[in-house]
Amino acid sequence: MAQCQSTFDFRLYDFQTKNMKLTLKIWRQKNAAAEGKIVEYPIDHIEPDMSFLEMLDILNDELIMKGDEPVAFDHDCREGICGMCSLYINGEAHGPDRGVTTCQLHMRMFKDGDTIFIEPFRAKAFPVIKDLVVDRSSFDRIQHAGGFISVNTSGNTIDANTIPINKKDADTAFDSAACIGCGACVASCKNSSAMLFVAAKVSQYALLPQGRIEATDRVLNMVSQMDAEGFGNCTNTGACEVECPKGISLENIARMNREYMSASLKG
Amino acid sequence: MAKSALLKSSIAKKVAMALSGLFLMLFLAQHFFINMTSVFSSDTFNSISHFMGNNPLVQFVIQPILIVGVVFHFIMGFVLDFKNRSARPIAYAKNNGAANSSWASRNMIISGSVILAFLALHFYDFWVPEMVYKYVDVSPLDETRYFHELVAKFESPVRTGLYILSFVLLAVHLNHGFSSSFQSVGFNNKYSKGLKNFGLGFAYVVPFGFIFIALFHHFNH
Ligand code: SF4
Ligand code: FES
Repeated sequence: MAQCQSTFDFRLYDFQTKNMKLTLKIWRQKNAAAEGKIVEYPIDHIEPDMSFLEMLDILNDELIMKGDEPVAFDHDCREGICGMCSLYINGEAHGPDRGVTTCQLHMRMFKDGDTIFIEPFRAKAFPVIKDLVVDRSSFDRIQHAGGFISVNTSGNTIDANTIPINKKDADTAFDSAACIGCGACVASCKNSSAMLFVAAKVSQYALLPQGRIEATDRVLNMVSQMDAEGFGNCTNTGACEVECPKGISLENIARMNREYMSASLKG
Repeated sequence: MAKSALLKSSIAKKVAMALSGLFLMLFLAQHFFINMTSVFSSDTFNSISHFMGNNPLVQFVIQPILIVGVVFHFIMGFVLDFKNRSARPIAYAKNNGAANSSWASRNMIISGSVILAFLALHFYDFWVPEMVYKYVDVSPLDETRYFHELVAKFESPVRTGLYILSFVLLAVHLNHGFSSSFQSVGFNNKYSKGLKNFGLGFAYVVPFGFIFIALFHHFNH
């Protein structure tokens, strides 16, 4: 049996709780139509081991106790798999850590005394609903335009494993499928481009035989829906790849561009 | 798919931007090699310039294509920049762009605008007098005039300074533009890293080579 080895030296760890005192600058906006503004909140007794969302929970408890409106923010699984949590923290989508969503971001990434800006993901295609909550249904509509395969489910479904797929393609498709649709790519991109998201969805199917059947229509329809939603155009700055919590690479965008060009010639 | 939809699509625009960029880089490379000859031999420079200036294929086929390429690249650059800015109507109060991308990649419109201003000066300096010489005044062929014309332009420290500034910005533009254009046309594989390094070499060698040529003539006239 493999032994669990830890490189963590407990003797060096300071078990004393370290309290952090922070200044939060949070975007507050009553509803989609209202004007919003940054509001400052001092907060104390924050522990480095708390997650960022726990810190916001504490702030909200305090606001409710005072009779104020709590800050609205999105979250669901709180374990980095649903893509629901968002937030632009100190100028970066999901904050300063790499390969994590906001729910996995820990307060140890900040220092006592820090000022932290917390803003909604910004894009014309992601309108603010309230405070830090944005409407990302533009992603759903892109998915509806082609992010699926058509399978006959009327009782004679064929097991997917009957079609052999080479390991490399299966792995690459799986890497693309890791996209959780969080929208950090759009939020980070100076052009608010959704290409990394769409490319991940296109690639995930383009690499598999099951996805090839509808490949031409898929890429054309998804890209045209992406454009109709008002996302900007990719200029290859690479910010999306750096900020993506799931490590979706720019290779996906290059693949989508190839798919799109060949589909345009066929279509 | 309707052709109009294709032309409107974001990816088609991106590919067109990349292809025009690649074409302009090819042009830049040949211009660089021709200018470099002026450092070594005025005769070679004169004879190549004479060929380029009088060969009908170069004059009436390649030159118009080049002008269309330049105009397309910058108009499209402005159009895309405008569209991309409008895709985020409310800016972030705090944005840390440097955390995830290079300054060059985020500011292609700035470096591009400086290059455009330079091109206007360059047209005024060389192209307009050349057209007047050949087609308005219909002056006699003189196969030895090119070298002197070149050197004369670099006498002025102001003009030489402006050229140098523009070429620094060209280096910045190419720094992102070279590898970006390959990514746009869908080239991203095991050779991309090597290509990127080659692109970085190109982005520095060519503009700084031009700067060297300008300084060489400025101090040797
Ligand atoms: S590509 Fe990455 S950043 Fe974009 S939606 Fe998917 S997981 Fe989020
Ligand atoms: S809440 Fe589900 S990924 Fe963060």
